[in-house]
Amino acid sequence: MGKEPWLEVRDLWVEVEGKEVLKGVSLVLPRGETHALFGRNGSGKTTLLMTIMGFPAYKVRHGQILFKGEDITSLPPYERAKRGIGIMFQRPPTIRGVKLREMLKLCAKDNGIRIEELAREFGFEGFLDRDVNRGFSGGELKKSELLQLLIQDPDLVLLDEPESGVDMENLQVIGRMIRRLLQKDTHRPRTKSGLIITHTGFILQFVPADLGYVMIDGTIYCQGNPQEIFEGIQKHGYEECISCLRRIEE
Amino acid sequence: MSEKDRRIRPRIEDFRPAKEGHIPRSLEELSPEEWARLKEVGIEPEAPREGEFFQADARVVHCRTLPEGLELLPITEALRKYDWIEEYWWKTVDRDKDEYTRATDEDLDDGYFIRVLPGVRLIYPVQTCLYIRTPGVVQKVHNLIIVEEGAELNLITACTTHPGVRSGFHIGVSEFYVKRKGKLTFTMIHNWADETYVRPRTGVRVEEEGTYISTYVTLHPVASVQSMPVCRLVGEGARAVFGSVVVAPRNSYLDLGAVVSLEAPNSRAEIISRSVSTGGESIARGHLIGRAPQIKAHLECQGLMLSDEGAIKAIPQLDAYYAHVDMSHEAAVGKIAQEEIEYLMARGLSEEEATSLIVQGFLSVRIEGLPAELQKRIDQAVALARQGL
Repeated sequence: MGKEPWLEVRDLWVEVEGKEVLKGVSLVLPRGETHALFGRNGSGKTTLLMTIMGFPAYKVRHGQILFKGEDITSLPPYERAKRGIGIMFQRPPTIRGVKLREMLKLCAKDNGIRIEELAREFGFEGFLDRDVNRGFSGGELKKSELLQLLIQDPDLVLLDEPESGVDMENLQVIGRMIRRLLQKDTHRPRTKSGLIITHTGFILQFVPADLGYVMIDGTIYCQGNPQEIFEGIQKHGYEECISCLRRIEE
Repeated sequence: MSEKDRRIRPRIEDFRPAKEGHIPRSLEELSPEEWARLKEVGIEPEAPREGEFFQADARVVHCRTLPEGLELLPITEALRKYDWIEEYWWKTVDRDKDEYTRATDEDLDDGYFIRVLPGVRLIYPVQTCLYIRTPGVVQKVHNLIIVEEGAELNLITACTTHPGVRSGFHIGVSEFYVKRKGKLTFTMIHNWADETYVRPRTGVRVEEEGTYISTYVTLHPVASVQSMPVCRLVGEGARAVFGSVVVAPRNSYLDLGAVVSLEAPNSRAEIISRSVSTGGESIARGHLIGRAPQIKAHLECQGLMLSDEGAIKAIPQLDAYYAHVDMSHEAAVGKIAQEEIEYLMARGLSEEEATSLIVQGFLSVRIEGLPAELQKRIDQAVALARQGL
């Protein structure tokens, strides 16, 4: 239990607006594990997440994405959502006239998760009757996203810089929400997997990762202990990564 | 005459008089199909109401009023009963405005008279319905609504056609008087047929600290609706809001707006329009005229084009005649943002579901001061129509 591959990315080449962004990315994320993705701005991290979710602007030129053994490379986003993939947006749009409560009901699809209760637990009940993301602060946007995901209850969670624009106080709450999402507080074998993009690494203090990757120019350059990788980047920057011996054999 | 001209300027002589219609004697004569249609526009016999009025073609079939302080009568009866009605009759709408007002003046097919006595505040809505039951008739009504000093009325009017009727012509002259510190909300939910023409001709006069809130909702196919109520704010601190929530399906032509003349200091006006075109044409007009100092007026037109057919035209106009006025407008027309659709798709909604949710959200405009029950009725109508978008 717990080690079957939940997500498999095989030699993925992706083009965005005519530009090649991913150049042969491969990774395996087993069930119940959390992996962290490091890399400079523009290295292709967000593109990888958006492609896994299936947004049409991200054109797969070559390679495959498998989820729970099924090839989902050509499925639209909602089919992937139905199969248990969820994404946290970095800059989610405002949906005017649609109340967060209504949105959460749609995310729930009658799965029985109690919206009110969960919102109250994370101090977000006051936002249920506001338009989705309308006038929300940075921290509120993150909470709104994570609440939607908690209610959607996906088996694979894609998190794009969950800590960006969040103050220390809110970081605690966001950390707790992600821990819940990824079953970090349970002793039973976990079934939820996560792929987290982080710049600051802060979030890893709340949500430990099992494996880390460094992405440079559209490829995964190295993988290993996320804490060690992160410390290395902090000390020596990404230049060091480029010359690093741990680099995956091409 | 071209098809488009006929749509824009329907001719009365192309229709039969409503008095020749198959007019029922009582509500019991209506079929279950007719009741189903009436229910779609919110007519439910068991709902709590202060008063009800139902006119089919040219006859008032049902008219009932419950509380003291509310008078609800067929207008023909009120004209016989009260001499003083002359002071209000054709005073906010010019009887020579056009061929439609003239025809109504010459041959009236009834209408309703509502008067709320001074200080009487009615909690539940008064429901009226003007119903076209016979194919091909022209129905010409004239309504008069008087809210006396310190009184409050929430009027909801649902107009529709028999489920078997496609073609018809409704001309509705309405005159509203809101006296000092009175409040009137007027909510219209229309569900006509695809060959029905509608020409409301409306005049409003609001006195000192009075409030008039009008909301017009049309979400289903209709041949054409053209309406431009004229509202005069004549007393200090008077306020008017005109909201419209419209969907223009293919072959529908909607030309809607309002003129508000702010004639007293500290009067306020707002015109809010939301229109969606799924292939039809929607013209959203608004004309605010500042004829007194210290007035505040705002106009907001938002349009969503869901098709490359049809059109949305936003035509705002602001006229100021004093230095101390605060008048503004904003207009925006566009398509649904792809990122919003994708966002909802990532939450498990199909593209169609995502689109219809965004459209529903776009149309759920909050009208400040509108009672919750009426807001709910509008939201229900939008939610119901969403399935057909």
